[in-house]
Amino acid sequence: MATLETQSEPVILEMQSITKEFPGVKALSNVSLRVKAGEIHAICGENGAGKSTLMKVLSGVYPFGSYSGDIVYQAEVQQFKDIRASEAAGIVIIHQELALIPELSITENIFLGNEPTRRGVIDWAEARRRSLELLARVGLREDPDTPIKEIGVGKQQLVEIAKALNKSVKLLILDEPTAALNESDSQHLLDLILGLKGKGVTSIIISHKLNEIEQIADEITIIRDGKSIETLNVKADGVDEDRIIKGMVGRTLESRFPDHAPTIGDVFFEVKDWTVGHPQVQDRLVCKGSNFHVRRGEIVGFAGLMGAGRTELARSVFGHSYGRFISGHVYVDGKEVHMRSVRQAIDAGLGYVTEDRKTLGLNLLDDIKTTTVSANLRKISRGIVVDANKEYAVAEDYRKSLRTKTPSVNEGVAKLSGGNQQKVVLAKWMFTDPELLILDEPTRGIDVGAKYEIYGIIQQLANQGKGVIVISSELPELLGLSDRIYTIFEGAITGVLNKNEASQESLMKLMTSSRKTA
Amino acid sequence: MNALKKLFGGNTRQFGMIFALVALVVFFQIFTEGRTLTPGNVINLFNGNSYILILAIGMVLVIIAGHIDLSVGSVAAFVGIAVALAIRDWNLPWYAAVLFGLLLGALIGAWQGYWTAYVGIPAFIVTLAGMLLFRGFNQFVGKSNTIPVPADFQYLGSGYLPEIGPSTGFNNLTVLLGLLAVAFVITGELRARRTAKALGAEVPETWVMITKLVLINGAILYATYLFATGRTGTSFPIPGLILAVLVLIYGFISAKTVVGRHIYAVGGNRHAAELSGVQSKKVNFLVMMNMSILAGLAGMIFVGRSTASGPFDGVGWELDAIAAVFIGGAAVTGGVGTVIGSIVGGLVMAVLNNGLQLLGVGADLTQIIKGLVLLAAVAFDVYNKTQGKKSIIGLLMKNFGGSGNNVPTKPDETTSTKEVISKEA
Repeated sequence: MATLETQSEPVILEMQSITKEFPGVKALSNVSLRVKAGEIHAICGENGAGKSTLMKVLSGVYPFGSYSGDIVYQAEVQQFKDIRASEAAGIVIIHQELALIPELSITENIFLGNEPTRRGVIDWAEARRRSLELLARVGLREDPDTPIKEIGVGKQQLVEIAKALNKSVKLLILDEPTAALNESDSQHLLDLILGLKGKGVTSIIISHKLNEIEQIADEITIIRDGKSIETLNVKADGVDEDRIIKGMVGRTLESRFPDHAPTIGDVFFEVKDWTVGHPQVQDRLVCKGSNFHVRRGEIVGFAGLMGAGRTELARSVFGHSYGRFISGHVYVDGKEVHMRSVRQAIDAGLGYVTEDRKTLGLNLLDDIKTTTVSANLRKISRGIVVDANKEYAVAEDYRKSLRTKTPSVNEGVAKLSGGNQQKVVLAKWMFTDPELLILDEPTRGIDVGAKYEIYGIIQQLANQGKGVIVISSELPELLGLSDRIYTIFEGAITGVLNKNEASQESLMKLMTSSRKTA
Repeated sequence: MNALKKLFGGNTRQFGMIFALVALVVFFQIFTEGRTLTPGNVINLFNGNSYILILAIGMVLVIIAGHIDLSVGSVAAFVGIAVALAIRDWNLPWYAAVLFGLLLGALIGAWQGYWTAYVGIPAFIVTLAGMLLFRGFNQFVGKSNTIPVPADFQYLGSGYLPEIGPSTGFNNLTVLLGLLAVAFVITGELRARRTAKALGAEVPETWVMITKLVLINGAILYATYLFATGRTGTSFPIPGLILAVLVLIYGFISAKTVVGRHIYAVGGNRHAAELSGVQSKKVNFLVMMNMSILAGLAGMIFVGRSTASGPFDGVGWELDAIAAVFIGGAAVTGGVGTVIGSIVGGLVMAVLNNGLQLLGVGADLTQIIKGLVLLAAVAFDVYNKTQGKKSIIGLLMKNFGGSGNNVPTKPDETTSTKEVISKEA
């Protein structure tokens, strides 16, 4: 492996054996990163590999003393105690979620927290003059008095960079800079980063879009499971996307799955030309003409990186509960159904278990029995009156069959562990007796033992002839569980692989490029 | 101590709010030298606060759903004067006038519900506007005058159960009502116990149940005695009767019906409720509309009691109703609260008011004391919650069938690095 072949080039940053622990979890273990002055250095890794944590250590979000190891920057060991300290040294981080204030103008945002003053009063004339200069440098032709909310995400990203330039940045860190941008905006941004390189600004870029990395990066450091795996020199090593993917997923399957022999029937659920717009941004699409189908007894996986549009697709199908519906058809058993509300979707036989259990899935004030019946109160009611006895009996049944660990179904759901909460949510949806159950990250935040049980429940549902869609960021999980896997990239379905032809590499490839193979 | 624990379900603080109420009554009974628990005073107390308690019933639903209604005083005043004018100018009989008032309340509620639920303007703003609007309407249609109402309408606010049957020295109807209540409580408890047993759930020991029933029924019978032995011509007041009926209806709706579940669900976590198929807009519309209907009713009862409708009726009622709800254990963030709790909260305020008055404490000091009580009650609750214990009020309310569980903060297991990080950050 050709790493760090030349010691002669000046190194601007060297992070030496950084280890960062959270209670119970080692987020980073002995990670090393070496960035040469004036290069574009990419950091690649799966979701949760530790990329963002590493950048937070570097930028002082996690202050000196909360990690072990050294940060050597410009030939000095640094001890950043907060973001201000790292910014003072010329390290600026631009987060995926932009830190701009929508109501303020471009100028006000650029100088926020850094306002030029004259005798204690903000000198807006000076600020405006300087922001015009900065906007010219990033190639943004906008009136500096325009409020941020009136310009698109792509331009907002440029304002963030202008803000960084104003702080005389030497090392610019971009966390998923193009995740929210369309192709032309992305290209413009990448060109700008290359342009800054020409002017001596070093950049670290974190991105899931491997084609972009291949295009602009000089070196790539790969992080996997909190460890730095390797550093590749793009030109010298002839790195391509496949090489990066191999580094990113090169681990053995560790999760265990219950044995399962699927009995797959006919296609009963079909979605055609599904197109949905972003709820706020006018002309951004979150689903682009997606087609997919599910057979009875089949577990279908949806693979895609965070933000690829998996959840958006699922929720928009589930009674238009996300985004602006533009076009598309849903067929159940060959007949077209229209689901314009969640109620209609439930009545049509759909269930959706959200990825965000705490904010979208549960009323944390409720107890187990109330939660269990909450999506199908009709079934336990006479007229408008809820039958408390039936409620108790139903909840008790599910507690036993799903082996939820709780002293009683009268306990509050907030007291349960993640795994048991998820069982209650599963019970809630199983009680609606859905034909198709969509599970969004069903094992997120759940320990290994409970995961195994949840896999068992999912397989049981499929055995009953129901269709199950599993959305997951964990590829081993999808590979172990699914009979067929769709891949999604930037809102479009880029491929579908059967269980026997899918591998982490083949999935990752489809998840990170718009190349169609199916 | 152990006996007490068993009696109150493992936690002596479970009945904290009722204890507070009882303690307050005992305190004033002693310090007013017996002037608190006299038939006249108790009847007075109910008559003078029934309209606030009726507002509290509507308000608790609004607050459970995560909103607030500042307009109830003005709505009550507007409905009151509109009804008084309708009787005077259109010669409506009293029952038609009541119906008219309720319809007007519904209309006003639909207006406020529309802006809150369907346009999405926070209820605080909508009802702040309503507070101005309907106060203005009251003074506009009434030309800032006082409009009297006839005697048959006054019965609504100041009437009593009539004397019928043999002369027993008691008001017969009141006694009958008291006995019915006792029978209701006993059969209800027995039935609940039977079904719980059938389902295999844990039931308290027999003596616990008997002691509980004796205490509750003793209180009911004592109240019956007070109401039935008042000065001739007085007995259980009509506003009290209306209130009792409403408490039963709304207690039932909030705890036992689908719509009640939906109100708690929307207030507890609107997104989760929507993703479970709850039509949150409809729920919000309904609670806002219901509040205005009850405000209209409260306004009419007040007009009946004070024999006339005036331009400054109902000023400050919203604050009394909101205070009652929060003393009664509701959460500002929504999702928590019960009808019974709010009534108890309202009674605490009412007894405080009444007792201080009897003691000759001035209005200035009374306000200061009420303010401190509100703050202390909620502070106590918040303190208990941050201590990871169940809130007393939450526990108390649980006993009444509402979903008043409070959430102790407990760290969950987190295994994915990302979650830990996002928590840290």
